[in-house]
Amino acid sequence: MTEPAMMANNQPATDELGPVVLEARNLHKDYKLGRGRRAAVLSAVRDVSLQLRRSSVVALVGESGSGKSTVAKLLAGQEHPTSGEVLLDGQTVHHSGRRGFRAYKSEVQMVFQDPFASLNPTHRVSYPLERAVRLHRSELGRDGVAQELIRLMDEVRLSPAKEFLQRYPHQLSGGQRQRVSIARALAVKPRVLLADEPVSMLDVSIRLEVLDVIDQLRERFELAVLYITHDIASARYFATETLVMYAGEIVERGPSEELSQEPAHPYTQLLLAAAPDPDRLGAPIDERLARSARLAGSAPVNTVGCRFSDRCPFADDHCRAESPPLQAIDEQRSAACWRLDLAAPNLVQRQREERSVVLPQ
Amino acid sequence: MSTSEETASGVVPAAQDAASSLPVLEIRNFSISFATESGDVKAVRNVDLSLAPGEIIGLAGESGSGKSTLALGACRLLRPPAIITGGSVVYRGRRVGTEGVEILDMSPHQLRALRWREIAIVFQSAMNALNPVLRVQDQLGDVIDAHLDMSRDEKRERLNTLLDMVGIPRTRLRSFPHELSGGMRQRVMIAMALATDPEVVIMDEPTTALDVVVQREILAEIATLQKELKFAVLFITHDLSLLLEIADRIAMLYGGQMVETGSGEQIHHRTAHPYTRGLLNSFPSVRGPRRALAGIPGSPPDPRDMPPGCPFGPRCRFAKPECKSVDMQLLPAEAEDPQHLTACPFVKPGDIEPAPVVAAATTGEVQG
Repeated sequence: MTEPAMMANNQPATDELGPVVLEARNLHKDYKLGRGRRAAVLSAVRDVSLQLRRSSVVALVGESGSGKSTVAKLLAGQEHPTSGEVLLDGQTVHHSGRRGFRAYKSEVQMVFQDPFASLNPTHRVSYPLERAVRLHRSELGRDGVAQELIRLMDEVRLSPAKEFLQRYPHQLSGGQRQRVSIARALAVKPRVLLADEPVSMLDVSIRLEVLDVIDQLRERFELAVLYITHDIASARYFATETLVMYAGEIVERGPSEELSQEPAHPYTQLLLAAAPDPDRLGAPIDERLARSARLAGSAPVNTVGCRFSDRCPFADDHCRAESPPLQAIDEQRSAACWRLDLAAPNLVQRQREERSVVLPQ
Repeated sequence: MSTSEETASGVVPAAQDAASSLPVLEIRNFSISFATESGDVKAVRNVDLSLAPGEIIGLAGESGSGKSTLALGACRLLRPPAIITGGSVVYRGRRVGTEGVEILDMSPHQLRALRWREIAIVFQSAMNALNPVLRVQDQLGDVIDAHLDMSRDEKRERLNTLLDMVGIPRTRLRSFPHELSGGMRQRVMIAMALATDPEVVIMDEPTTALDVVVQREILAEIATLQKELKFAVLFITHDLSLLLEIADRIAMLYGGQMVETGSGEQIHHRTAHPYTRGLLNSFPSVRGPRRALAGIPGSPPDPRDMPPGCPFGPRCRFAKPECKSVDMQLLPAEAEDPQHLTACPFVKPGDIEPAPVVAAATTGEVQG
């Protein structure tokens, strides 16, 4: 429903949100292609800023190759940004030395996409959990560690806990493995969880349960969660805020419900139009968007101008010449597009009206 | 199993004329087992499925439900330890005649003539299915050489036509698979399947590894080609929401058995089987009101240890003691509609409502 009255409900105002735990400021990441000075440069991430707040979920949505996993790696400290910084509790993070990095890791943990690749097949489930607990929580004694492992298994709803701890990964289903990965991440009592496509390899009927486990843990431990996905529909349900990435840049951000019901940026519109929708039985895709869909897969090479301009049905010379900054549409939403007047006329019109009502007062 | 009359009346779609109302591929009471040291594991059990000429049938199910095994088995593409333990698969193409041929009785030589020329397959992982050291033109050319009798010039012409058909520039004929994007590779796979103008195309998760925008584009391409060339499609996927959009009819598979079949509209709005409803409730929707998402508790059944009666029983919220002795016959879900069949004799459409609408919340509120 695109009715604005319905969308405005229940979204927390900024001051109700928890404090920012992890923040990215103007992150850039360039990869050199080849060797030497003349090597071409691929800018995988360009000027990405985001805030992860206590006890809330931010979704990062984009196609493969859009740079969303690179953002997660930069936040996790697995990659170093070319420029820009990562801040934990407002302090710039320097990964200097093993000790500093370990301290950072005990705050920020990752869950990976492939539960078949992320667990060592030669070790029992207890092994990665025990290692994490011993390494990061040395105050626990032998009994303490054993108790902690059981508690972790209970947290991710794997019971009987003792039996699951003794199993090998191949004795678990995909959903169970992913819950072990989540338990491993939780073992260090982190405050931030970076979940990189945590359910996309799982069967549809069990995805929700794994997402639900993450959500319950978020609530209980006040985790700040970054949920990386290519599925904008799940972002709508799971995340408070959604950021849409295209070719390394954030092109739109806003409360998930509003963003998915009334997308502003042409790329977000394309993503939503392409998502399978049973309620649209047989209805054809918008012809303008179909045109840009046909160009999908052609990697954007233009470094000047808007990176989406070669696929965008609204692009003009201005778009091809100058890259649009992420501009505020209202207090909570912003989009990087010069032609919002064409791409989202209703949204822009309503904004004008609201402003003209507010201004005279 | 159900009697053949009953099955036939249930699966023959509304066809234009009597001649084309005979299914081009008719699978009857089909069963496949895997022989293991601890006994036979039944992967597909007594499945009936017919494909009318020019029809798109969606075969939906989760991993391990037997959907790929069923399709591969019907083409005799499985090798031991998989064994076809019973049933029949009849193919009736234009070149074969209306009496049809029994695929399960074919010699290797006959199978070679049938495969690709009559029934072609598009596999999921285009990168693995394409030969990385052969150019596109050589891989496509091999298919034509093996199955069609064409001169060099005819072949060249055919290659160009095929690339035009799937929307790849002709210059890409000389490309290697790694030089193509994922979407283009999948298009090459489709071109290969269509090279010999088959009557039945089996698509095994053709878009699963692709981005949503590319997926949409490939689906549109398939729909256009299918209208133009009028081949029948057996479309296998775990993505039910996608099937609801493209398929004429949908067959739901669970634990190797058919649990419900009907049109997209029936499956979506008059859902008869609790498993189908559970799966529908598992998809977050992008548009429309937000609904409470429920998922399905538990995990899919282990084929080595199938529960007695209805395989969905242990995960079903409507389960009762009788479910353990249910014999999984497909029965009309609604008296007035013989097209809509369900294996659940207890639940009727209307008993299982879609999930309630929920307000947009401040944060995720997925329910387990």
